[in-house]
Amino acid sequence: MGTVIEVQRLHKEYGSLVAVDDVSFQVMAGEIFGLLGPNGAGKTTTVECLQGLRHADGGQMRVLGLDPWKERSSLRRRIGSQLQESALPDRLKVWEALDLFATTSLSRSAREQLLEQWGLADKRNTSFSSLSGGQRQRLFVALALVNQPEVVFLDEVTTGLDPAARRTTWDLIEQIRERGTTVVLVSHFMDEVERLCQRVAVVNHGRIVALDTPARLVEQRAQQRRVLFHWEGEPLSWLESLPHVRAVQQQGNQVEVQGDGAVFQHVAAALLQRGIEPDDLRVERPTLEEVFLQMVGKSDEE
Amino acid sequence: MRTLMKTTWVELKLFAREPLTVLFTFAIPFVVLFVLGGVFGNRPADPHVYRGFGILNYYVPAYIALVVAAIGLIALPVHLAAYRERGVLRRFRASTIPVWSVLGGQVAATFLIGVLASLILVVLALAVYHTRSPQSLVGVLAAFFLGAIMFATLGLFLGLALPTARAAQGAGVLLWFVMMQISGPGAPPEVLPTALLRVADATPLKHLVVLMQDPWFGLGWNGPEMLIVLGFFVVAALLTIVFARRS
Ligand SMILES: Nc1ncnc2c1ncn2[C@@H]1O[C@H](COP(=O)(O)OP(=O)(O)OP(=O)(O)O)[C@@H](O)[C@H]1O
Ligand SMILES: [Mg+2]
Repeated sequence: MGTVIEVQRLHKEYGSLVAVDDVSFQVMAGEIFGLLGPNGAGKTTTVECLQGLRHADGGQMRVLGLDPWKERSSLRRRIGSQLQESALPDRLKVWEALDLFATTSLSRSAREQLLEQWGLADKRNTSFSSLSGGQRQRLFVALALVNQPEVVFLDEVTTGLDPAARRTTWDLIEQIRERGTTVVLVSHFMDEVERLCQRVAVVNHGRIVALDTPARLVEQRAQQRRVLFHWEGEPLSWLESLPHVRAVQQQGNQVEVQGDGAVFQHVAAALLQRGIEPDDLRVERPTLEEVFLQMVGKSDEE
Repeated sequence: MRTLMKTTWVELKLFAREPLTVLFTFAIPFVVLFVLGGVFGNRPADPHVYRGFGILNYYVPAYIALVVAAIGLIALPVHLAAYRERGVLRRFRASTIPVWSVLGGQVAATFLIGVLASLILVVLALAVYHTRSPQSLVGVLAAFFLGAIMFATLGLFLGLALPTARAAQGAGVLLWFVMMQISGPGAPPEVLPTALLRVADATPLKHLVVLMQDPWFGLGWNGPEMLIVLGFFVVAALLTIVFARRS
């Protein structure tokens, strides 16, 4: 499994705004690589540079061994793109769009299969302007796949889809990967990234703040625990001297003990020793969402 | 080439699905022709006006030029600016279809629609008012070809340069209307004040009208006017290339 995309110190500015600030990463053949980040993080700019749609201001990029800007017309024939924002002519019909975007004549059966797969079979004669938002989105994915690309770029592909369509889309994206196509997936949704991506780069303010498998991203922070309970009485700051405890916060009768590892066991034992037996004592681990918010929040403070 | 044929065919279909544009393109020149024909008939030539050719004889080639100008100055820029505004051009840019094929398809479609509209106009004028048929068909066809390509290229430039479809519509209609009034298809040049004639000299339509009329009336091929029309084409093409690169 070789490297399909190689990015080194990619830099892009819009006037005085640095949209992508020296980003480096690699995407391996056959993986689904995620780019996760808040609005304005620079995700779209990054993938547009990779697709040769924008000229980067600095850095080196190789996509399928090609320079995405200088060799963009060769690259175009080997990748598929679903853009975050785009449209088709209002009166263009669904089947006409597929025909137009296909580089070689599309056999009727291949066309029907794509329409079927993406739930557009009964819309083949509908014009673009009469499609719903989700149907348009699915048409764009079908168009991205029509030429059997080696790499597809999906930018917020499930935004605007209903929950059922979202799940279908996830299944289809997995099928794309099973066929051997590499996928670069830009997303806002943790569940999507967790479910689909082998590796994910968390982007904020044009920088990668973390890059790992979704499981390890959680795990690194999952050492952190929060022990929560209610307690009305004297301050419990003595808990801070226990092993694994990092901080104790008391607001009203709500107590939160932050720590890692076996913090829960130690806190529970110490409380019991002093005869404190809160009936709602519980421990929480961070979710990917919290990990994400933490990472994004942290780089905000810089 | 295959892609260009595909985009041309798609553009033609899209055009046919816009009832208002179709109506505008095919109906307006007729309506004007019929009103004129109803009012004046094809009067015998008066040497002092209409270049001495008789009113309807004068207007048929001028209206062909006018139709070509309407498609190039209004229909095409509005369509193209809407593509840019709504992200259609971005969508094509990110596909295997080269942007040049998209633009080329629009020019080709504009040309073919111009051919069709002109044919209808000429056939009706010949059949109903027995206007003069072209003396030099080759000359007329050459003038038409040049004019249609020139106006389509001008349309590409406007469609790429103007920020929105609305702006393109405003600018296109204004340009077209002014040219219609002063460049030949409106008042005959003989009655226009000199100042307006000078302004008309700066418009491409004026030169296309003469380029069409001369071979039509047997005055031969007008080399200087051809060079001027070619000049407009070259400038429009250069501007188109600059703006296509930039957008
Ligand atoms: N064409 C442009 N001109 C000027 N600034 C731009 C342009 N495109 C994007 N930006 C700015 O660059 C930054 C990064 O934008 P980008 O679209 O890459 O973010 P994103 O991560 O895709 O966000 P979102 O999740 O909202 O899609 C933003 O601050 C945005 O305002
Ligand atoms: Mg984006």
